Amino acid sequence: MTAPLGWQTARIAEIVPRGARVKSFFLAPERPFVFKAGQHVDLRLTAEDGYQARRSYSIASSPGQPERLELAVEKLEDGEVSSFFHEVAQVGDEIELRGPIGGHFVWDVADGGPLLLVGAGSGVAPLMAMLRHRADQGAATPALLLLASRSWDEALFRDELIGLESRQDGFRLMIATSRDAPRRAGDHGRRFDRPMAAEALAGLPEAPRHVFICGSNAFVEAAAGALLDEGVAPGVIRTERYGG
Amino acid sequence: MATRGFGGRRTPADVASRIPPGQALTTGFPVLSAGPTPRVKLAEWSFTLKVGPRPLVKWDWDAFNALPRTRITRDIHCVTTWSKLDTDWEGVTIDDLLAAAGFAAPPTPFVLAHGFDGYSTNVPSADLVGGKAMVALSYDGAPLAPDHGGPARLLVPHLYFWKSAKWLSGLQFTETDTAGFWELRGYHMYGDPWREQRYHDDL
Repeated sequence: MTAPLGWQTARIAEIVPRGARVKSFFLAPERPFVFKAGQHVDLRLTAEDGYQARRSYSIASSPGQPERLELAVEKLEDGEVSSFFHEVAQVGDEIELRGPIGGHFVWDVADGGPLLLVGAGSGVAPLMAMLRHRADQGAATPALLLLASRSWDEALFRDELIGLESRQDGFRLMIATSRDAPRRAGDHGRRFDRPMAAEALAGLPEAPRHVFICGSNAFVEAAAGALLDEGVAPGVIRTERYGG
Repeated sequence: MATRGFGGRRTPADVASRIPPGQALTTGFPVLSAGPTPRVKLAEWSFTLKVGPRPLVKWDWDAFNALPRTRITRDIHCVTTWSKLDTDWEGVTIDDLLAAAGFAAPPTPFVLAHGFDGYSTNVPSADLVGGKAMVALSYDGAPLAPDHGGPARLLVPHLYFWKSAKWLSGLQFTETDTAGFWELRGYHMYGDPWREQRYHDDL
């Protein structure tokens, strides 16, 4: 963890649209680094006159692929940096990157489970890294992801997650869409609430050892509150909150 | 290295000098916390001043609220790159807290601030006195909201905002500079936004 974190150059190797509001950027860092699922990187953009903007993005890809980092960038209304990524950035462009950063919102298969993951919108990115890591390692750690999204089409990484669930290796997926009817048995057509928290907990073989919640502050507050109401110990819940 | 096609949004000139490098102005008040918001009941709330392992003074909510109040307006800077200007706080300055505990000066050179959620963060004592810091009880004229650290949070506005521990349960004066929660997880021991001291290897 105390390795130097200096800035380096990363090349945009691929851009993949993921629904209407998110694009994944696959970055090839000059010097690939070891990271843990859940960590983030800082990106720095520099204008011709030296003005700089920097933002943090969670790594969505597995630690098993450090030479190709996936960052899911949501287009924000008026976003200085997200607009650059969505409207200007192209394959081959170089971006400054620093990382990995963050030693709290991280999970490794050695940390065990059961694992309860709750993510909303692009907040599922660091949770995706955990699930990809789990799958890479062939781990059977009991895990459940509650993926909250406005619509079925916007549910980030939906098809890959459905694929992971079909392996029947102890991973379950629940999709909660606030503006769409549920599409699959066990999914929900409403916002995350306390009955859904109870159902997610019942979907695990025993009480979760680690809970990771990521999304907007309002979402994280509601989700953490519902899980606390259902008796989850505060000490097992880790949160990451985006924006304001 | 200039980024192809990046123009960026400049901070309005009248406030540009108040925005540290790498920061962007926000008008919202984003929330960042490592865990769930703790449910702190005022009847069970207390604030403890310790020197080393020894608790010296403990206040309950009513006693703490009877301490002298100060209102200040300050700019704040979060390591996640937002800065917010002219934030309005009211609370008990660390000077007044020390005076109430019978100290003319901090008893040791460093402080570890503790939260009800188990969070901690380290700050040199010199950065807490001389009107530079307070235990904030209200923001913008209203009691501090739970997700912003209420009932009480530390406010050290001249350092990155993770130093301003939420849900404050006490201050512990220490002889040595002891890393807190984020400082143990890669963040800077001091955290001066004007020197961009974000991570452990920033000078």
